[in-house]
Parts: sequence; structure tokens; C-alpha cells
Amino acid sequence: MTDASATTPLDLNANAPRGQKPKKRFAPRNIMLYATLFVFAVYYALPLYVMIVTSLKGMPEIRLGNVFGPPLEVTFQPWVKAWSEACTGINCDGLSRGFWNSVQILIPSVVISIAVASVNGYALSNWRFKGSEIFYNILIIGAFIPYQVMLYPIAIILRELNLFGTLGGLVMVHTIFGMPILTLLFRNYFASVPEELFKAARVDGAGFWGIYFRIMLPMSLPIFVVAIILQVTGIWNDFLFGVIYTKPDIYPMTVQLNNIVNSVQGVKEYNVNMAATLITGLVPLVIYFASGKLFVRGIAAGAVKG
Amino acid sequence: MDDKTLNSQKNKRPTRLTRHLNAKIASVPMILTAVVVFVGCSVWTIVHSFTKSRMLPKLEFVGFKQYDRLWSTKRWLVSVDNLLIYGICSLIFTLVIGFILAALLDRKIRFENTFRTIFLYPFALSFIVTGLVWQWILNPDFGLQSLVRETGWSSFTFDPLNNPDIVIYGILIAGLWQGTGLIMCILLAGLRGIDEDIWKATRIDGIPIWKTYLFVIIPMMKPVFITALVLIAAGIVKVYDLVVAQTSGGPGLASEVPAKYVYDKMFLAQNLGQGFAASTMMLVMVFIILIPYLYLQYGGKRHD
Amino acid sequence: MQSSVSIRELDLSFGSINVLKQLNLEVQDGEFLVLLGSSGCGKSTLLNCIAGLLDITDGQIFIKGKNVTWSEPSERGIGMVFQSYALYPQMSVEGNLSFGLKNAKMPKAEIKERVARAAKILQIEPLLKRKPGALSGGQRQRVAIGRALVREVDVFLFDEPLSNLDAKLRADLRVELKRLHQQLKNTMIYVTHDQIEALTLADRIAIMRNGVIQQLGTPNDIYKYPQTKYVADFIGSPAMNFIEGELKDGIVHTQDTQFDMQDYNFKESPKNGPVWFGIRPEHVLVGDSVQNARHSLSVLVDIVEPMGADTLVLTHLFGSPFRVRLDGQFSVKTGEQLPIGINTAACSLFDRESEQRL
Repeated sequence: MTDASATTPLDLNANAPRGQKPKKRFAPRNIMLYATLFVFAVYYALPLYVMIVTSLKGMPEIRLGNVFGPPLEVTFQPWVKAWSEACTGINCDGLSRGFWNSVQILIPSVVISIAVASVNGYALSNWRFKGSEIFYNILIIGAFIPYQVMLYPIAIILRELNLFGTLGGLVMVHTIFGMPILTLLFRNYFASVPEELFKAARVDGAGFWGIYFRIMLPMSLPIFVVAIILQVTGIWNDFLFGVIYTKPDIYPMTVQLNNIVNSVQGVKEYNVNMAATLITGLVPLVIYFASGKLFVRGIAAGAVKG
Repeated sequence: MDDKTLNSQKNKRPTRLTRHLNAKIASVPMILTAVVVFVGCSVWTIVHSFTKSRMLPKLEFVGFKQYDRLWSTKRWLVSVDNLLIYGICSLIFTLVIGFILAALLDRKIRFENTFRTIFLYPFALSFIVTGLVWQWILNPDFGLQSLVRETGWSSFTFDPLNNPDIVIYGILIAGLWQGTGLIMCILLAGLRGIDEDIWKATRIDGIPIWKTYLFVIIPMMKPVFITALVLIAAGIVKVYDLVVAQTSGGPGLASEVPAKYVYDKMFLAQNLGQGFAASTMMLVMVFIILIPYLYLQYGGKRHD
Repeated sequence: MQSSVSIRELDLSFGSINVLKQLNLEVQDGEFLVLLGSSGCGKSTLLNCIAGLLDITDGQIFIKGKNVTWSEPSERGIGMVFQSYALYPQMSVEGNLSFGLKNAKMPKAEIKERVARAAKILQIEPLLKRKPGALSGGQRQRVAIGRALVREVDVFLFDEPLSNLDAKLRADLRVELKRLHQQLKNTMIYVTHDQIEALTLADRIAIMRNGVIQQLGTPNDIYKYPQTKYVADFIGSPAMNFIEGELKDGIVHTQDTQFDMQDYNFKESPKNGPVWFGIRPEHVLVGDSVQNARHSLSVLVDIVEPMGADTLVLTHLFGSPFRVRLDGQFSVKTGEQLPIGINTAACSLFDRESEQRL
């Protein structure tokens, strides 16, 4: 066989291909590809652009032009107004009230829900007991139950616990509804930790909490970051629970924003509305742009939340 | 090492209950949530949907009367219609757009991160923000319609939010904007999970790229597609905030959805029975979607 | 001699699957016992039961005369080394070594002393401040051994400790483990699927299959007198050749040869019936020694596999594949007839039905 190939005459044409294969940078296929991506990028980026430019225009300019034009005269007045003067019914202290309410709801909700769920996930992956898988399965199927089914009885439970209309009540609701996805997240993460590590720690005499705090916690920083991103975004963006389980003076930001923008009385101040919308979206946006790949990991992991 | 040594051991026999007691104590919140909230509250609502509760829940059973009323209420029928249209369109477009974007991003392009960041950022925003910004863009006097008219096409009309016939498509545009990024990400992860050697094999066999996607890649990604499908479907049934922010159900009743019907009946109209019946119907819808999925996902595993 | 670890009628089942069945095992003080078997035979499960990491269904476990059946792993007086090393990634080597002692609330000075002593024995003193991530595989395994060492317990459990290392490192650490055992004289129970490790390290080997110990004996015993066909097939590389035959009055009748078994050491007076006639590839005689053999035959060489020191020849004998192991210097070519000799003293006979040694 080797003999045969040696006798085959080689194609020794001077122009024969040699060296690096020439690349066609502007092949029609590539142009199509980038053009399609670009068109989609415009569709996705447009609303953010519109929010920004509208919020920087004065009302007269808005009435004359369309939403897409850049501001001729940049003004920050709408932002100031949205933050501290816009009215919702009786209160006229702007979104700042809702912002602080949301912060007050957010911090305990995120901390408690993650603390509870991480311990759940840890117990489920390393300390299974009879029935633990059943409860876990109920939890996961529960994630698909429309919230509407559980809204009213939960309101009754909160009332019985004297938590209805309070921050504590809302924190509890967020902890409950964050539990399926977070538990899944932590359970899968802890299950991926080599079982031998857990065994070694038991031989070394560490107990349930010892292993959790000394071995597992220090190892699972990334998953905690993912969980925090998931929860901060989710809780900040919540509207339904906020509107049902809180009272007007502790309404979270989303509820207040909707009340400001969709209030029927008075002249519509579109620039203020867009500034308010943008301010409300700012927290999750900052988290999104700052966390990059971790956010992607979080939503891919948290996909079941639906 | 006989019975004497055995007895001298002061080994306490760990009983079933106290074994790993800490783990059980730590699981109490989970057990309560699973049993009291997810099972208990759901059953409570289902049971009360057969009563004549109005302002307050009371256990006076009336059979399927609430459901009869529900299915003869125009607002509910419109809601279900809207949900069907929104659901089917959303399912198709989200999957198609999500897959196209994922496939494009998977072609080893430049600026992949930038594009992905742009496609996904809406997912970080709430439905309230989404609804409000699209309400503004679709505003007939200042938004898309006026922009096109300025270019000279003065008869151009695109005012979905004020036209009862197409209002649901206006909401769809906003919903797609918010949600396709997630599906793109999931499908992209699925594409990345496909063995490089498959691509090499199809190149050697000379199969065109589009054919490779259609006949090789997509069938391989079936589990990922099923996950994406369930996600979209479960999300659709819950659509609420978006409608509240963008149209408040208007014009008239044209963009009502079941979730809003439930909320309004329960917390505004003080017609609890209707709210319970409607929410039970939502639960039924979810389970119609979910059961085949659960069967596919977990039914097969029992055999080993 | 006193028993160090004693297992009595141990049963373990997961649901309806019985993983370990009525298992009895006595490990002597200072003994190096290897649990050997293919994956899924229950050897690691047994080790985990001894460690207390798995709750047993029935039976008793004694360590140093103490009934530890219901004790926590840390109360059993054992140290354990894992296949994946299982080092705590966020702790330094020192932290890894001292974690168990701290949990036992030992005074600081003594912890320090013990860590220093273990580090010296294992020659990991320069690594004490490093994190496991900065160590090589061999170093990690030493630290893992050190973690068992500092506990200063009588029983060490090893769960395939060398399987994650490359071949050369494995051979080196094997020698070190043997040296460590000679130095410390602890009881060691060692799980592996590698027969070389088992043969080189063990005082006694327990070969397990389907949750039952098939044979317990010294490496020499197991190699020379496998009690079942499974053990014979499992130990030795390449595996033993088996030929179907019929035992009739001390003579094995195969397709067209008869082997006179008068040299063979029968366990009890032989019964006639179908048997497996087993001969190890390395016990087949070739070259000049063929003429001294009781039985000589000729086989056709199918494939020759030179392996350096040895050469492996694949042939057929009476329709079954047959391997012969030759010296590397022996010249043989595919297609040749190879004269071979067989000494029945080195053979094994198994009942075809029960697969027990005759």
C-alpha cells in the first residue's frame, strides 16, 4: 500500500493550494448572520434606549417629537421628580418611599430564604431521612402551582399569625415561594460535592451543623452568589405578593411605580413615568450587567421557576 | 468479646425518629411549606371552589355552580381566549426566536457576549417595567405609529393597545421581548452540550448546516426543548403583572387574563367563590401541561 | 491472636436489594487485609459499614472488642482514606490534618504535636501551609493518609486509595503504604479492584462477589489454590485458561486428550462428573521443558503480543481460546505450531455445576 502512494504523481501546479487557507471574511453567509443578529439586537435594546432618552427630555419636547428621537436639551428634572415628588393617591413623596420599602423587604427576604433553602438542600443531599424525598418532590411540583391557587389561604394564615399587611408577612411569603427553586439549586450543588468529603468529615467527628458551616459553606460561595442574584432580581421585581400582602405605606417599588404611571388623574408626564420606570429597573439591571455569566448560570439553574 | 462486653456497652440504640435529629429539625420549614402551603392551601382552595363563599369563605357546598357561572361569564371566556392566543403565539415565537438566536450565537461569532447580554437583559426587568415601557413605545401619538407616519406613510396604523381586536398581540410583543432571552440561554446551553464530534462528522459527510440543525441537532436536543416548553407554558398561565401594567385589562375587557380575573374576584369584587373556581381552573390548566412532562421526565425512571 | 475488627452475620439491604448477605469476617490485630472484587461486589459498602457511614440492616460490628454497631463514625476508633482524597478544599494541609482533632476538643499543644509527627512520617512537612488545590495527586494522597494517621487509631480503612493516581505513582505509593504498615503495625483494611495491589500489600485477601466473601486467604493461597472458578478467573493476569472436561476415575477427559490427575491435590476423594480444567497461562511449559511435562500437545499460534519481559500468545485448544505466557526472549510467529507441555500439579479443577474447587 505504501508503495502505491509513492508512485502516484503529485499535483505540482505552481498555483496549487499551499499554506494557510484563505478566509472569506465577508462571505454572504456571515453578512446574513450578523445582519440578523443586529436586527434582533435593535429590537431588544430599543426599549432601554427609549426609556433613557424619554426620561431626559422635557415635556414640551416629548409632545413635539416621537419617542425615539434623542433629547435636544438634556434635563434631569424628570428623575428628580420621579424620585421625590411624583404622586400616588395621597402621598406625593415620589418613588423614594417605594425604593426604601423594597430595600426593607429585599434584605431580610433574601437572607432568610437563602439560609433556609441552603440548609434544606444540604439536608436533602447529605442527610436523607425517611420521607425527605417526598417532601422535596411536593416542593418541586409546588413550584408549578399557579400562585393564584394559594393566595387566599395564605392571606388567612398570615392574618392568624398577625402578619398580614406587615413586612414580616411578605418576607415569609417570599421565603416560601423562593424555596422550591432555591432548594433545588442548593440540593443539586451539594449533591455535586464529592460524597467522600462528607464521609471524611463524619469520620473526623463533625456533625450536621459542623459539616454545614465548616465544610460545605466555605465551598459553595459561587452557588450562594447565584442564589443571591436570583432572589434579589425575583423579589425586587415582585408585584403580585406586594400588592396583596402589604398595605399602601409599605408597598414595594413595583406596586408604587404602577400606581404612579397608571394613575388616571392629572396630565400624563411621560418623561417622569419613564424616569420612574428606569429607576425601578435599575437595581436588577445593575446586578445583571455586573454579574454577567453568573446571572446566566442562575437563570439556567432557576429555569424551573417559570 | 461476648455477651458481657456487649452489655457493658452503653450504646444508645438510635430510634428511627431521633436519628439525624438535627437534619430533621432543619427540614421543618421545608416540610411545613410542602405540606401546609403547597398541599394544604391548594386543597383548601379547591374545596372552597365548590362552596357559595362570597365576602368570606364558608363551607356551604353548592356543587359545580361556581364553575357553571364561571364558564358563562363573558369576562372569563375572553380571559381564556386571550390566554389561548397569547399562549400558542408565545410558545411558537419564543421557541423559534429563542432557537434562532441560540443557533446564531453558537456559530462561533465575534461579540458573542455583547449580543447575549443585549438579548437577555430584559429578563432581569420586571413585568411591570416591561409593560410600562412597551405601553410607551406603542403609544399611538408619540411611539412607533407616529415614527412611521413621520417618514411619509401617513395612513399607517399600528395602535394595538387601543384596538380590542389586536390588543393581546401588543402584550405578546412585550412578553416576547422579556422572555425570549431566557429560552435562548437554555437552548444555547443545550447546543453547547452537543458533542463537537457530531459537527465534525456532518462536515465530513457534507451535510448542509441547516439540515444538520433540522435533522440532527434539534432531535438531539429534545429534552432541552421539553424543559423550555414547560417553562414557557407554566409562565404563560401566570401572566398577570404584564397585563396590569400595560393595559389594565383594557380596552374594555379585551386583554383580560385568568390570573387577573382571580385577583379581581378575590380581592376587589369580594366574590371569593368565583375566585376559587377560576384559580382551580388555572391549576387544572397547569396540570394538563405538566402531567405529560412529569410522565416523560420521571415515569421512565421507575423502571430501573 | 486478638481480633481487631470482627464482623458478625452482617446484612445490608437497600429496599429489596441485599447488598451484603450474612457476612462474617475476623481481622487480626496488625493485619493488612485487602477486600478485593470487581465493581458492585459490595467491598466498598462493607468498608463503609465498618466505618459507620452506612447503617447496617442486621448483624454486629466489633472494633477492638467494642461493639460499635450503633456508634457514630468518629467514635469507632478508625481512620479512613478515600479514593478521591476528600481533602477539605478551603483548609490548609495543617487544617485538614487537625480538623478531626479539633472536633474532638483536643488540647492545642497535642494537636500540634500529632500533626508534626504525622507530617514527619509522611514527609509532608514543607506542605503544611498549602491548600490541597496546590498539591499534586501523590501529595494529596499523603495528606489524606496523614489525616487518618493523626487520629492515632488502631484501624485504618482505605477505600481504593491509589485508583486516582497514574501507574508509576501508584507503584511508588504502594511501596510506601507497605513500609508504613511495617512501621506502624496497625490493622489496615484496604479495598481495591486491582489484584496487583491486593497481592503485593495483603497479609490476607478477601475476594468478594455479590455481597459474599468467596475466599479469604493469603495471596499465595489464593493464587495457587483458588476455591472457586470465579476466584481463579479473577486473580492472575492474563486470566486462567479453562477447558471443559469430564472427570472419570482421576482422569480428566477432554475432547481428544486425557489428563492424568495423579499429581493433583484433591480436596477430598474425587467424584466423577463434568469439570472445568484450569491452567494459568504462565504455568504452560514451552521450549526444552516440554519434554519433561507429563502431557505435551501442540497448538496453532493465532496472535502474538510482545510485552517486553513477556510475550503473550493467543491460541486455541479444543475449541476454547487458550493463552500462553512465554519469556520475552522466546521466538514465536503467527501461524506456527507451538509445542506446549502441561503439568497437572499446577492445574485447578472445578466442578462444572457448583464451580467449587475439587
